[in-house]
Amino acid sequence: MKIESILATKSSNVVTVRPDLSLKEAVDLMAEHNIGALIVVDEAGRPIGIISERDIIREAARTEAVFDLTVSRVMTKELITASPEDDLETVLQTMTARHFRHLPVMDRERLIGVLTIREVVEAQLDRWQGEVDTLQTQISEGQV
Amino acid sequence: MPPVGTETNPLRVAIVGSGPAAFYAADHLLKHDGLHVEIDMFERLPIPYGLVRSGVAPDHHKIKSVTKKFAEVASNPRFRFYGYVEFGKDVDLSDLRRHYHQILYATGAQTDKRMGIPGEELNGSHAATEFVGWYNGHPDYRDRQFDLSQERVAIVGVGNVAVDVARILCLTPDELAVTDIASHALAALRKSRVKEVYLLGRRGPAQAAFTNPEIKELGNLAGADAIVLPEEAQLDDVSRAALEASDDRATRKKVEILQAYAAREPAGKSRQLTIRFLVSPVELIGNAAGQVVAIRLVKNALQATAAGTLSPIATDSVEELPAGLVFRSVGYRGAALPGVPFNERWGVILNEKGRVMDPETQRSVVGEYCSGWIKRGPTGVIGTNKSDSVETVNCMLEDLAEGSILHPSAPQASKMEELVRKHQPRYLSFADWLRLDEIEVNNGRAQGRPREKFTRIEDMLAAAGR
Ligand SMILES: Cc1cc2nc3c(=O)[nH]c(=O)nc-3n(C[C@H](O)[C@H](O)[C@H](O)COP(=O)(O)OP(=O)(O)OC[C@H]3O[C@@H](n4cnc5c(N)ncnc54)[C@H](O)[C@@H]3O)c2cc1C
Ligand SMILES: NC(=O)c1ccc[n+]([C@@H]2O[C@H](COP(=O)([O-])OP(=O)(O)OC[C@H]3O[C@@H](n4cnc5c(N)ncnc54)[C@H](OP(=O)(O)O)[C@@H]3O)[C@@H](O)[C@H]2O)c1
Repeated sequence: MKIESILATKSSNVVTVRPDLSLKEAVDLMAEHNIGALIVVDEAGRPIGIISERDIIREAARTEAVFDLTVSRVMTKELITASPEDDLETVLQTMTARHFRHLPVMDRERLIGVLTIREVVEAQLDRWQGEVDTLQTQISEGQV
Repeated sequence: MPPVGTETNPLRVAIVGSGPAAFYAADHLLKHDGLHVEIDMFERLPIPYGLVRSGVAPDHHKIKSVTKKFAEVASNPRFRFYGYVEFGKDVDLSDLRRHYHQILYATGAQTDKRMGIPGEELNGSHAATEFVGWYNGHPDYRDRQFDLSQERVAIVGVGNVAVDVARILCLTPDELAVTDIASHALAALRKSRVKEVYLLGRRGPAQAAFTNPEIKELGNLAGADAIVLPEEAQLDDVSRAALEASDDRATRKKVEILQAYAAREPAGKSRQLTIRFLVSPVELIGNAAGQVVAIRLVKNALQATAAGTLSPIATDSVEELPAGLVFRSVGYRGAALPGVPFNERWGVILNEKGRVMDPETQRSVVGEYCSGWIKRGPTGVIGTNKSDSVETVNCMLEDLAEGSILHPSAPQASKMEELVRKHQPRYLSFADWLRLDEIEVNNGRAQGRPREKFTRIEDMLAAAGR
């Protein structure tokens, strides 16, 4: 199964932020959209980083006036992206092994979504549950 | 007026389609505590069950027992089935909006994906979708012709559908004769001259989409030897490293099974089923008569994407595989419904967790929902549609609680029935289906088969007295 089937039931609107915005503005955006991370994009809309709740908390522990910092100071710059054709299982493995909670998805040059670890885990669980449900119907039938 | 969802003012729901997604959704709605709901299910064919009837392989009979659960759902007095009533033809969105508070689309994936290579249009090149529909007696494919006088058949793709197609081509007539395969297909397959069947995977054994029980079955066929080339059964370095780093036991097992096929001597059965890996078709080659005669394959290597997926990269090495019949089994694809926002990229209804979305406003469309393959794309077994439909129905219940539903001008069941009678007087009820079901089973019993299917719409209608 490919991650495109998770994307198929999600909005393709990705909440992005520019690197020169303040952390206050970033946090406001996260609260407004009830999300845990923002994709940082350059003028052309190309992703150049990601900023998550974790990044902000980590910085807050070091810096008193954390809200005045710019997004670019705090964001994670080495951005790993996925493509819709990536395999669900591999993506799950990569996210767990590398402790990513959010993974931006690019369709060639275009940012089309962000997957959360929760969505990926749920999709995998649904897949297993579906197989179990299918088997159970057959077993209960066999006993009739 | 009492609130919608109560005894005197029931929630009226239209479900379009009658496959697993449709029935799981109906079940979840009917079981919801304290909710009074009336469900009308519309199916374009006279008969229900979608791919459980027209997709699941005839020799996998046990799987189809899930229809007993669906029939139980249909026996609820608050459930009604309208067979032979097509959304977009016999009833449209404005009709449904006039008669229901909520509409759920569960129309599955009605078409197929293409490979996008030259020669795909040649005679002898078909979609697996058509072949599957044909051997399962789907009326749309009843009169398709497949040239089974060819000795070599290539199937592109290594998903479970490809495995089904390969197995049907390799089963002996005696094995097929005890299944509910359509009689016309049984007759044609009895005369089949197919000797060699190739399954073509573009990636390696560890990335193959088929599941273990399905691939194991191929190793135990009475009439065909399953063959894997030893050099293709060996994992490349990247696959080996990836597998070692993971705790994915199913994939390890899959690779073991395939390597065991590679290691064993063919028993000399009358057919050979060869599973190839790391090859992509780049062209179908035809003769002067426009008939496919071979398939040009490029050898692939694997390369990890940034997210870790091993994806195929073409090398310079090319080969030609002679084949007179080619099936592409590279996935199904959903079809757009008139008036319903469609997401061309994924071939699904534009939706968020099953709520249909308006592309302009980016907000959900009040009262419209989807579930199953038309919601998430063509993947997953029958049971996967259960959690999928539950997610959608939960959105429907949430919206009902918030009063975000349609306000039909004629929410009475009788009014809708009047309309259907006018637009499609020959529609079938679930009681009609139960009668057809009994006839099919009886006709099959006489031949030692689970059922003999009706394969023409006219025959179905006639048997139901329409
Ligand atoms: C070849 C094949 C074999 C399979 N074998 C297995 C198996 O062995 N085990 C397993 O667990 N899973 C199997 N599956 C997967 C399983 O069939 C699907 O997961 C499931 O059927 C999808 O359910 P659905 O309700 O979304 O779609 P469908 O089952 O396709 O149902 C959609 C229904 O909607 C109807 N419809 C479409 N358009 C309209 C319209 N405009 N108006 C009214 N009705 C309409 C269709 O006629 C159809 O009846 C198989 C799939 C395929 C393709
Ligand atoms: N017995 C059963 O339980 C059963 C039976 C039938 C179907 N089903 C289910 O129904 C769903 C649909 O099955 P499916 O077989 O249609 O889909 P699938 O499992 O997605 O398999 C599609 C196959 O086509 C390949 N492919 C895609 N594009 C290709 C291209 N351009 N060139 C070459 N190969 C290409 C894929 O390879 P890549 O992986 O490289 O993309 C994959 O091997 C699945 O979830 C399946 O499990 C279950």
